[in-house]
Amino acid sequence: MAKSAPRAKSTTPPKTKSQAKPPGKALKSKTAAKVPAPTAVATSDRILRYYRDMLLIRRFEERVGQMYGMGLIGGFCHLYIGQEAVVVGLQAALGPEDQVITGYRDHGHMLAIGMEPKRVMAELTGRRDGYSKGKGGSMHMFSRAERFFGGHGIVGAPVPLGTGLAFAQRYQAGRGVTVCYFGDGASNQGQVYESFNMAELWKLPIIYVIENNQYAMGTSVKRASATVDLYRRGESFAIPGRQVDGMDVLAVRAAADEAVEWCRSGKGPMILEMKTYRYRGHSMSDPAKYRSREEVNKVRTEHDPIDQVRNRLLEGKLADEARLKAIDNEIREIVIAAAEFAQESPEPDVAELWTDVLEAI
Amino acid sequence: MSAAAEMVAEVTYRDACRMALRDALVRDTRVFLMGEDVGHYGGCYAVSKGLLEEFGPERIRDTPLSESGFTGIGIGAAMNGMRPIVEIMTVNFALLALDQIVNNAATIRHMSGGQFGVPLVIRMATGAGRQLAAQHSHSLEGWFAHVPGLKVLAPATIEDARGMLWTAIEDPDPVLIFEHVMLYNSGGPLAAGAGAVPIDKAAIRRAGQNVSLITYGGSLPKALKAAEELAGQGIEAEVVDLRTLRPLDDETICASVAKTRRAVIVDEGWCSGSLAAEISARIMEKVFWSLDAPVARVCSAEVPIPYPEHLEQAALPQVPAIVAAAKGVVG
Repeated sequence: MAKSAPRAKSTTPPKTKSQAKPPGKALKSKTAAKVPAPTAVATSDRILRYYRDMLLIRRFEERVGQMYGMGLIGGFCHLYIGQEAVVVGLQAALGPEDQVITGYRDHGHMLAIGMEPKRVMAELTGRRDGYSKGKGGSMHMFSRAERFFGGHGIVGAPVPLGTGLAFAQRYQAGRGVTVCYFGDGASNQGQVYESFNMAELWKLPIIYVIENNQYAMGTSVKRASATVDLYRRGESFAIPGRQVDGMDVLAVRAAADEAVEWCRSGKGPMILEMKTYRYRGHSMSDPAKYRSREEVNKVRTEHDPIDQVRNRLLEGKLADEARLKAIDNEIREIVIAAAEFAQESPEPDVAELWTDVLEAI
Repeated sequence: MSAAAEMVAEVTYRDACRMALRDALVRDTRVFLMGEDVGHYGGCYAVSKGLLEEFGPERIRDTPLSESGFTGIGIGAAMNGMRPIVEIMTVNFALLALDQIVNNAATIRHMSGGQFGVPLVIRMATGAGRQLAAQHSHSLEGWFAHVPGLKVLAPATIEDARGMLWTAIEDPDPVLIFEHVMLYNSGGPLAAGAGAVPIDKAAIRRAGQNVSLITYGGSLPKALKAAEELAGQGIEAEVVDLRTLRPLDDETICASVAKTRRAVIVDEGWCSGSLAAEISARIMEKVFWSLDAPVARVCSAEVPIPYPEHLEQAALPQVPAIVAAAKGVVG
């Protein structure tokens, strides 16, 4: 193992390899809130920003859940609650030339990127002002302006697409990097490994982020994967991998910085396995009976990504309760406004049925 | 027509495909060719021979055997400003990339509310006739023609092999080009100045007034031969080359049938749920009252394509069957 493990490669920066503290039952340490190294580089403004962005996703998704229950949102709807630190930490490391693609659990990614909450919500309600004019719904939103390439519903299938985005970046000789998110379930799809092979073969600037929330719908990683250390899934292609505590936004940010630097400097792809957890079911129709309430509660109380940052801010006296309260209020207003906008936006005209199939018919 | 355009050379269908690729690579630096053995090997059917030497490995990109992966990469690159030409060696292997083609290439414009198109060309060989047995002899272009969001082409002539690719490359949406394996060695004259041709119209390859033989791709030479035999028996057949399988050119098809009042559809796909079935239905819907006889179909036998030459030929549409079908509807 030592011979083939990318961690042992001399070209592999070694710094962040042991930050992972898998949440859930496997997580024994309670020191996640005390990770020291990355804190040093994070200013209070930066941490406040993370707090705000994660809270926006949390409150937005809570409202989505309510609206789904009220029948205002239909179809499949997958909430990101619990996983907020992953996209917020990753996005903080990206620049204007970088691009993002993900699967169907995509609301958090769009909010972290800076897409407008009201237009995301309007897509969820299937309205004209949604990012895809209401035609995509929860799973399919895009933004050319924000370089967000979707929003895809077939598990594993956006991985070749992301690899193609990076292929174009390299062909065009820019400095951009593609961040391609997928889950632990997708990591067992064949297309993913075809992509890994070509990405390393052609040294493409792509970060494969495996959001390991421990369940592929109802199947736990342990029941579906012969090996559960998903960050090692690139070893036979010589792609370096890191396992990261995906509940700790600062650990995510530090790993993202390393990966972005790795890709930008032309060294090829990198895999980041984010050990994370979703609090809600796979989708709104999933009661999540395949896991215990205790398991969920343990993560919520001991490893919640937002609580961790909140505690860090208060304990480190980087912010006081009043400051955090002001942020809470700001977020509440944004989410209320988004929900109102999404219900007021008109439905798409029936004639829209025939548009956007081909550019010209 | 200029003097240069009038000069003609004898070329093969394979040469015409290569000329089209070369032309696209010269015209637009965003164009690259990607696929299995397209570079060092020169292409499974020798279509891309010499292109690696001229354009280099960045633009003539040999891939691993990963149809799903590299087709998806082509789609992603197209979304990101490139004009990729993905070569899938044959339609048989395209089944490994069905997810990427049907779920991604065909849907992204719609799902993104028009924000992202997929200006991608996917070329592949199709069809039977070389004793390659059941897994290497499919004619599944009809499956792809089922899918909104795709355009599907089947060049059957030297001019179309030369001219359809550039029009396809300029198209803002995904275009699939099916090249029948039995056409690669066919030859004919090509004007030196031959270039882009439309990809939205069927063509009348032979005019006639007694029966319409509607076909495409590798079956076109068979239909033309059948028309010749029929002429010897006093039946003038009109041969319609579909050229584009999606969208179908209803206007040309129906105008021909309205004139001849009889139709035989020749399609190397299996009969059930085939392009032939779709065309037949459209004829019923649009020109039923012009018909003097039921529409007839000549398709492949509904069996896996067998290896022995005589069995393989027995499974495929053949000239005698086309002649018999035409005489059947003429009565």
